[in-house]
Amino acid sequence: MLNQRAQGYWVILASFFVAYVLAVLPMPLWLQWARPEWVALTMIYWAIALPHRVGILTGLALGVGLDALEGAALGQNAFALVVVALLCLTLYQRLRVFSLWQQAGTVFVLIGINQLVCQWVQNLDGVGARSLLFLLPAVSSALLWPLVLHLLRQVRRHYMVA
Amino acid sequence: MRLLLAILLSLGLIIADSRYNSLETTRSLLDTLGTPVYWVADLPLRLRDWSDKHLQSRPRLADDNERLQRENLVLQGRSQQMASLQAENVRLRALLNSTALLRDDVLVAELVGVSPDPLRHQLVLNKGTQDGVFVGQPLIDADGLMGQIVEVSAGSSRALLITDATHSIPVQVNRNGVRAIAEGTGSLSTLEIRHISATTDIEVGDLLVTSGLGGRFPGGYPVALVSEIERDPGQTFARVLAVPSAALDRSRHVLLVFSTADEQGE
Repeated sequence: MLNQRAQGYWVILASFFVAYVLAVLPMPLWLQWARPEWVALTMIYWAIALPHRVGILTGLALGVGLDALEGAALGQNAFALVVVALLCLTLYQRLRVFSLWQQAGTVFVLIGINQLVCQWVQNLDGVGARSLLFLLPAVSSALLWPLVLHLLRQVRRHYMVA
Repeated sequence: MRLLLAILLSLGLIIADSRYNSLETTRSLLDTLGTPVYWVADLPLRLRDWSDKHLQSRPRLADDNERLQRENLVLQGRSQQMASLQAENVRLRALLNSTALLRDDVLVAELVGVSPDPLRHQLVLNKGTQDGVFVGQPLIDADGLMGQIVEVSAGSSRALLITDATHSIPVQVNRNGVRAIAEGTGSLSTLEIRHISATTDIEVGDLLVTSGLGGRFPGGYPVALVSEIERDPGQTFARVLAVPSAALDRSRHVLLVFSTADEQGE
């Protein structure tokens, strides 16, 4: 029993590490604004699939890590991911029975909220976006949701993460 | 409740980091922990560089070698005069009772990553406190000034580029010494030059160099070329835009500048 719990956890951590790498992967300049929010997407999946393992404190820790990586004010992504985690924990039962595209729509809203919170904090620093381009990651994340869902679901079943 | 704690903690962090800058050691530690992430993310580019170097045809390599040798010869020829020019400069400064000449040493660093947020122009470098890097240290590439170091950890550091919206640098026009401030606009190809009145002598094509005022950046390094001047008679200041000299989005190797005051002079 203890063995199974420990095994489950490293899979989740590994998926977060991969999400971090994808979050900082060098991209051509013209694609920069369209980078999906990989860390948020991964957290949303695990929060819906295993709400008792991944929740608010995971969001906080992930957010602080992402802030350090991005060079953002510490706490910016932390706050945003805490809000997203909270919403996932409130809605996970409904989200599980949504169709794929309904889920993608919800992901769009969730990531949109993530982006809005980040912009709010960035504006405190004076580095806010000047156009609505900052919402583009919400679109790209929502489009990638079916892929992320499918992939992580396979991983979860294969490694029997619980 | 956990939620309340998490929200308070994250808001607390935001305030502490934005307003009071008190979390430097925490950031430093997190940067050190985050190095593997950037290392892995850098692998595709490193692989491509490696294959460029090792899988090239021999004739191509021979050509490159010859071209580099020629370039090296030209550069060395140009720098032959440097020693005597520096000595003359020191003598003239002593004659004028000016302050001591600053001699700059450089350290080569490699770019490990770029901040993914398009609004923050930050670079991650592979040199840190163990190489003597310090906060505020200027960064240059082969063509001009790139920015300054804002965070250091043991083996890596973060630099802010001059084009970041929160960055300003004192500059002067190389031609006539007119002083101004060059501010980042958030766009990699544009700097805005402030405090240029409508009657100031400045033209498109002028080279702007660091003025050395403010003590942070040593003087004389090229910063940008003036690209656009808009003189509106109704406004006090002209709107001047400039293009940075450094290849901000293309340089993979950068130089960290260590300024040391010369013993002679003064």
